Amino acid sequence: MLYFAKWKIGLILAVVLAGIVFALPTALPRSVTADLPEWLQPVTLGLDLQGGSYLLLEVETDAVIEEQLTNTVETIRSSFRENRIRYRDLGVRAGAVEVRVPEAEDRAKADELLRGIDPEGQTVDAADDGLYRVTFTEQALQQRRINAVTQSIEIVRRRVDETGTREPTIQRQGDQRIIVELPGLDDPERVKELIGRTAKLTLHMVDHEADIQDALRGRVPPGSTLVQSNEQTAGGQSIPYVVKRRVEVSGDRLTDAQPSFQNGQPVVSFRFDSAGARQFGNATTENVGRQLAIVLDDRVISAPRINEPIIGGSGIITGNFTVQEAQDLALLLRAGALPAPLTVLEERTVGPGLGADSIEAGAIASVLGLVLVVVFMGVAYGLFGLFANISLLTNLVILLGALSGLGATLTLPGIAGIVLTLGMAVDANVLIYERIREEIAAGRTIQNAIEVGYRQAFSAIFDSNITTLAAAALLFSFGTGPVKGFAVTLGLGILTSMFTAIMVNRLIVVTWLRRARPKTLPI
Amino acid sequence: MFRGIRLVPDTTTIDFIGKRMIAMALSGLLILACLVSLVTQGLNFGIDFAGGLLIEARTEQQADLSDMRQRLNALGLGDVAITGIGDTGRDVMIRVPKQPGEEEAQMAALNAVKAELGTGVEFRRTEVVGPKVGEELVRDGALAVGLAILVISAYIWIRFEWQFGVGALVATIHDVIATLGIYSLFQIDFDLTTVAALLTIAGYSINDTVVNYDRVRENLRRYKTTTLADLINISLNQVLSRTILTSGTTLVAVLAILFFGGPVLRGFAIGLTWGIVIGTFSSIYVAMPLLLYTGVRRESEEDPFTEGEQQQPDAGGKAKG
Repeated sequence: MLYFAKWKIGLILAVVLAGIVFALPTALPRSVTADLPEWLQPVTLGLDLQGGSYLLLEVETDAVIEEQLTNTVETIRSSFRENRIRYRDLGVRAGAVEVRVPEAEDRAKADELLRGIDPEGQTVDAADDGLYRVTFTEQALQQRRINAVTQSIEIVRRRVDETGTREPTIQRQGDQRIIVELPGLDDPERVKELIGRTAKLTLHMVDHEADIQDALRGRVPPGSTLVQSNEQTAGGQSIPYVVKRRVEVSGDRLTDAQPSFQNGQPVVSFRFDSAGARQFGNATTENVGRQLAIVLDDRVISAPRINEPIIGGSGIITGNFTVQEAQDLALLLRAGALPAPLTVLEERTVGPGLGADSIEAGAIASVLGLVLVVVFMGVAYGLFGLFANISLLTNLVILLGALSGLGATLTLPGIAGIVLTLGMAVDANVLIYERIREEIAAGRTIQNAIEVGYRQAFSAIFDSNITTLAAAALLFSFGTGPVKGFAVTLGLGILTSMFTAIMVNRLIVVTWLRRARPKTLPI
Repeated sequence: MFRGIRLVPDTTTIDFIGKRMIAMALSGLLILACLVSLVTQGLNFGIDFAGGLLIEARTEQQADLSDMRQRLNALGLGDVAITGIGDTGRDVMIRVPKQPGEEEAQMAALNAVKAELGTGVEFRRTEVVGPKVGEELVRDGALAVGLAILVISAYIWIRFEWQFGVGALVATIHDVIATLGIYSLFQIDFDLTTVAALLTIAGYSINDTVVNYDRVRENLRRYKTTTLADLINISLNQVLSRTILTSGTTLVAVLAILFFGGPVLRGFAIGLTWGIVIGTFSSIYVAMPLLLYTGVRRESEEDPFTEGEQQQPDAGGKAKG
């Protein structure tokens, strides 16, 4: 046991060296590390240390399903009309589209039409009294939910990228959640605002025949709908519009949108793709003299009068925008609409000031903890305490190196984990040293006592560390954010401390033993 | 060449087991008090679990807490708690209870508070947890602690014998209840980092218990005729020096976090400090006496790590056999 094979010594030194190499960037100033390769960077700081925002979003996938059901209703309406099938009670009820076909002779055709809408994703149940229920299959629902979340992540990513946030993290969590991490962001409000908006843009004709007063009383002509607007009366009240339900052009046909100015007013200029340009051209040609309502998320932004046909496929959106609003709207239109609304379930923001304070507090606690443990060990074990302290420092270096090398994130609880590990790491050495003392007292020779000490202490070291490791693993799998960071440093710390206490420390002791050839053991 | 100072004499003969009744009575009282407090007062859930808002703000001048309290309570967001933190008198911690309604209501409350405090305030930390996430975090936290206790006990059962597993299980539950109880008795904020502290305490306490058990296992093989009570006493005295040194180093490290780690980590450090004390206590006075009552068999299975012992000339140990 007291003999170390050459390759073993090489391996130990290699691990220590690797630890130093990987830990080094963390100790160097930023100006130096910027030029280092990507695998050799300082340890990543968590949002609680460098400042930033953590957002947990949920995609309201039910809204997507609801929308699909509504679309199915419209499809049924037009196809039944086309085929002159008489129907009643068409609508969405309890997650299904229901329609009643009272006349028995229509039912065969109705059945065929209903089954033809989406034979893959929908099932049709017919009752004897002519009531049909169209529902999505579980598989189709699942697929639509997954698509909605995937699309949402893509849109959120585009929007965040457009704001110029450095190194954002955007990832899926569970079935319908998205985690957005925005480091170094002082005020998350704007980004949150941008992420949260559906940004669904549609162009509709204003229904000039409808009487606005009637509509406000609830009498809206069929095929039209009442929409509030951003325009206000002198008294500060929102002006409502009655607009046709029919969508003339939709925002997904946009290829570009940019903020600009017209007559000194901030506006958003846009361009449609070729199909959108054709639709836009047709709509403006047929409706010269009428108002075109620009509707964003169920609110009319503005409703300019069409003075002449617009053929080129580009135009501008006016509205009482500030410069910022025009920029944001252009950004949202470029990035595209969310398939479903997003809800912020959880938000945690740490300002850069507090982050810097936390780093300082963490550093003070670490240094102080280290010094106290080192003094404690020195007092208790003298020279052997020094050996233990050398392996403790080695442990710290390897742990930092492992954190950097593995790309783990260091959080404030993570720093606490390191300090705690420092305290606990010496346990292995304490166990070994106490054992050696006992063996000496029992009359063993120096060589023998050391050999037996290391061997006998191993089972206690192993078993006790495995159990703490289990706790750390559970914490890692159940914890989030900063707590996960704690689990990582605690877990890694246990592994590195076992290595340094058993291998590094023993190497030091054995080397000393060979060189000094002591008659008694100063322990 | 210098040797260390003996913090604990080489040979001690403290009768731990003889005083177990006093210790167990104390421990029983503590657990009872904790349970009563847990049932009657419950835990003071922080926003991680209860949902709601937490805002840490820094004002330009000395913060006028009563004025702030008045203004924020006028917003109709329920009982807004404001406390000064740090020692500059400019930092305040604002807690707003969970708003009735869904996630949107929480965000609206955050915006209302920010608007009321105005632009002269630096928002150093804002946390908003909606009701949905709060419930999930409670469930996950409880699951993690429960699983940790089970996994750890199962491991001990596999590596030792079932009596040791039971002892470890009871000792760990003892420590978890005692720690939860402290949080309940003093109504310390119970949040996610507290769960981390609980798991760490469970791990640490077991660590200690394992070292004690490991020695008992070894002595069971060595001293075939000693009574179990004497054997436990011998084992505890043998590892006493280690117990004190390790709890000492861990404790000083944790105290460094408690006093210098900043306000964010304070609750966490309180839990750990208490946990180290109670974990060390339970390893001696809960885990060990339980071996007396569960009746450990004398012929332990061979431990793979100490097989070599049989070939060694056994010096017999210093303690009387």
